[in-house]
Amino acid sequence: MSNDLSLKETQKEWHGTLKSYVIGFVASILLTAVSFFIVMTRALSGPILIFIIIGLALAQAIVQLLFFLHVGQEAKPRWETVVFYFMVMVLLIIAGGSLWIMYDLDDRLMSNMTMEMSHD
Amino acid sequence: MNNSLTIHHTPDPYADTRIPDPHQDTFSKTVLGFWMYLMTDCILFAALFTTYAVLHNNTFGGPSSRDLFSLSTSFIETMILLFSSVTCGFGMLSALRNQKYRVVAWFAVAFLLGASFIAMELHEFTHMVQEGNSWTKSAFLSSFFTLVGTHGLHVSVGLLWMTVVMIQVYLCGITVVTFRRIALFSMFWHFLDLVWIFIFTFVYLMGVI
Repeated sequence: MSNDLSLKETQKEWHGTLKSYVIGFVASILLTAVSFFIVMTRALSGPILIFIIIGLALAQAIVQLLFFLHVGQEAKPRWETVVFYFMVMVLLIIAGGSLWIMYDLDDRLMSNMTMEMSHD
Repeated sequence: MNNSLTIHHTPDPYADTRIPDPHQDTFSKTVLGFWMYLMTDCILFAALFTTYAVLHNNTFGGPSSRDLFSLSTSFIETMILLFSSVTCGFGMLSALRNQKYRVVAWFAVAFLLGASFIAMELHEFTHMVQEGNSWTKSAFLSSFFTLVGTHGLHVSVGLLWMTVVMIQVYLCGITVVTFRRIALFSMFWHFLDLVWIFIFTFVYLMGVI
């Protein structure tokens, strides 16, 4: 194979550094601790609490994607980043679409049942 | 080249041919292929998360998430998995510096942490099954065991893979081939930690609210 690289050239293609792992690790610990803390102590409640812990989870996911999985740091053309965004699109269609259909179905069936009950 | 022949085929003005496409060697091709596998695995987990989101209130008279989940257990599990992920990353850094014994040592630490995570999860599962709350009890418990169990299965397979990589690194040292395997394994391990973020948020934290 004429295309194969030596070990040194291969190692140059990797993006992780000690700094990136330490930043990712400290940020992940902080974000995890904050989410558990606000749920354990009931510092907040209701929809605000749900939005905040989902926001913290998304923030931690982005931190880990950037500092542990090095998304978007490869050389051009960035095929891995393209595949990642395509996955996000498929994920939103599958998860969002299924939830939409199932909750809508739930509402409709529930309203039918209450209607039938009110007819009796 | 003869100008009179190529004049009608103007090359793409934006194509920079001075820099070759980097995705030509075995390493970047393998990393890209493995990344595509991880992304399809993400879609698998998204489907299981959606199933859980739809079914988590259907307890069929059995216990709900509020009765079953303990925040202290899931917090310790989260921390163990996070430490395992970062020690695996330190192993990767040692591989960049060709320190073979350090790679094996960091991976051994990551292995022990991963194994204790699985031990805690199995303990939690057996405890639930012994109390009569197995996956046959309700739709909520079926979807819970499927989602968390699939993640646990991934971690278990990862532990097996980690053992194989450690033996190969110990026997062969850091070569082009073993470096590639270390890199792929570290991607897999970080990915499992990423999936766990959503499990502890959507299943455990939102389960007790």
